[in-house]
Amino acid sequence: MMNNLYHMQRAMRAKRQEALKRGVMAVLDVGSYKISCLVLRFDETGMAYSTDRQVVLAGQSAFRVIGMGTTRSRGVRFGEIDTVQETERAIRTAVQTAQKMAHTRVDHVMVAFAGARPRSYGMAGETIVQDKTVQDDDVARALASCDLPDLGEGREVLHAQPVNFSLDHRTGLSDPRGQVGERLAVDMHLLSVEANAIEALLYCVKRCDLELAGLASSPYVAGVSSLVEDEQELGAACVDMGGGATGLSIFMKKHMIYADTVRMGGDHVTSDISQALQIPMTHAERIKTRFGGLVATGMDDREMIELQGNTGDWNYDRRHVSRAELIGVMRPRVEEILEEVRARFDSAGFDHLPSQRIVLTGGGSQVPGLDGLASRILGNQVRLGRPMRVQGLPQSACGPAFSTSVGLSLFAAYPQDEWWDFDIPAESYPARSLKRAVRWFRDNW
Amino acid sequence: MRPLGPAQRPSAPQHGASASSPRQKRDPAPSVMAYRFQRLCLTPVFRVFMRYGLPLIIIVGGSAAYLSNPRNMDQLTAQVEDLRRTIEARPEFRVTLLSVNGASPALADEIRGRLSLDFPLSSFDLDLPQIKVQIEEMPAVRNAQLRIAADGVLQLDIEERLPELIWQTRAAFLLIDGDGVVIDDLISRPMSQALPLIGGEGADLAAREALSLVRIAAPLADQLRGFVRVGERRWDVILSDGRKIMLPEENASFVLDRVIALDQAQDILSRDILSIDMRRPDRPTLRLSAGAKDNFDMLRGQLVVSGERQG
Repeated sequence: MMNNLYHMQRAMRAKRQEALKRGVMAVLDVGSYKISCLVLRFDETGMAYSTDRQVVLAGQSAFRVIGMGTTRSRGVRFGEIDTVQETERAIRTAVQTAQKMAHTRVDHVMVAFAGARPRSYGMAGETIVQDKTVQDDDVARALASCDLPDLGEGREVLHAQPVNFSLDHRTGLSDPRGQVGERLAVDMHLLSVEANAIEALLYCVKRCDLELAGLASSPYVAGVSSLVEDEQELGAACVDMGGGATGLSIFMKKHMIYADTVRMGGDHVTSDISQALQIPMTHAERIKTRFGGLVATGMDDREMIELQGNTGDWNYDRRHVSRAELIGVMRPRVEEILEEVRARFDSAGFDHLPSQRIVLTGGGSQVPGLDGLASRILGNQVRLGRPMRVQGLPQSACGPAFSTSVGLSLFAAYPQDEWWDFDIPAESYPARSLKRAVRWFRDNW
Repeated sequence: MRPLGPAQRPSAPQHGASASSPRQKRDPAPSVMAYRFQRLCLTPVFRVFMRYGLPLIIIVGGSAAYLSNPRNMDQLTAQVEDLRRTIEARPEFRVTLLSVNGASPALADEIRGRLSLDFPLSSFDLDLPQIKVQIEEMPAVRNAQLRIAADGVLQLDIEERLPELIWQTRAAFLLIDGDGVVIDDLISRPMSQALPLIGGEGADLAAREALSLVRIAAPLADQLRGFVRVGERRWDVILSDGRKIMLPEENASFVLDRVIALDQAQDILSRDILSIDMRRPDRPTLRLSAGAKDNFDMLRGQLVVSGERQG
């Protein structure tokens, strides 16, 4: 299991490095409402494979968005691929549009998705430092000493990031290398998802003639792009309100320490509207985005929304609802989502964190009045977040709906160290050297 | 109440076509083939190939395939030839007239006859250097300048060799110029004015000297008959009645000048002599005719006798 995981992730890492060498990579956000693809061009210079987050946020000139394609998502429900063929078509559409705009061909793609029931685990491991100063292999051994928790049947590790190192009595080290000590302990955050979601995604990407260069959890990358630096440092939560799923991630000391998804989102609001007002989904979606809100005022009683129908019944087709009615339909569902988010935060122990800041992002966060409602439910340190600006991003992709895409491109350019990025400690190699030789060949050829 | 949306009020519900047959929306996704083709088109190698390689292959391959058929090749050559002829036959390149300057009419006729150009001609068909060589081969032509002037005139400027001497050989009378080049036969080319006559073997080689002698001998014009080259070395001046002045090899003109001076001073040529031998300029020798010799002997005898008497 362990080796298998290492293998797949290392293969993706190799592809990512190949893509960086080539200078062009695509990032693909497979969401339930839209699928968007950004084509990134990396500079040859300054593309240090940096692990230092300080550099990450300062130097964003290392890549540039040269192409963007967005299409309505098909075959994705709750952030998971539901119908493979449909999703494949949607991915093809997005990638083709982005390629056309970028005027280059992309072969490597990094994918983020929200669903597949992510589950967070904290892990701890420790080791004795071999010769006083902490070296790379000490870190690797410390990481390898972590016990993999029982993930359950058919689950796969998506992220496994060391978040904290302790050396003897000192803790809170982000990089212990070069420090002198005896006992090196590491805390890791591990995110597991359902394996079949990854399989479906792999299948789709392969069908589009693309190579998968990395996988990321959408709540995580949304947090990367929408939380500002001090929020990531001091601790904050990001709520990514998507179409089919609402992702939440908690950051502390610039590391994700918790991620989860609520399997509800904007699509449910739309379907509520559709059911309540008895209008088609597309029309409901349109009304939601144009007239939707969460806080009704007296003015809203007088604002009438025309409901267009296509049934042929004149009376039925020419109904009107007031905006207050629409708000009355939308609000309970949004409240439900936020309360569910609140429950997840509570179970994760978010209220024990020193900072209670919550950032709302994602397409669903654009509903007017959400900040007021969210501050009532989630606590009063709520703000609406939009993704940070990256070079070359079109104006149309600067909204909160694209925080996952932007975060994924940041993640592609400045990847977080993961478990498998450290060398496998020598003692865990298979004993027989022949096997090692075969393995070396398979890795390198 | 105020409607929020734009004021779009359909005048009548269109539940005819739209309701019964809702328009099938086209799938926005590209087909697999279209997607792959687009990716192929964006591949740099493919783009370079389409931009440079394919046109090159089409052009080279197409022309090779076309030309590999000999009939096509012939046709193409014929077409090119045709085009070439059309251009050459244009009036701008047409030569209609040969104009010979600086040649006597007889020579001009001869040149025309020799070139035998069939006007009108295209200037592309005229090989001017060849014509120039051909004309300059003619003995009567010293130098020829050939050019195609405006209005289709082939301008031929001739520097003609003018006959300056008549060279009498055993076979014929030949006209030669100052350089000794034989221009023509006197018979075939009757001259209007008399020319000095020279004779003897190798006389043509010394024509220049003969001409200077002719100039010097101008005072003797009424009795001068000609000059004879003797032994390809020196000149004899033949005067009327067979008298001759034998000139030396060197300084012939100077010596002739002396003889003329002598004649003017002492009328030596009007005396009864056969020849004046100046082959040794410091010792002129006269040959007297038989009668004169007798007279001379007689006179000298008297002198001798009287001398003897006195002695």
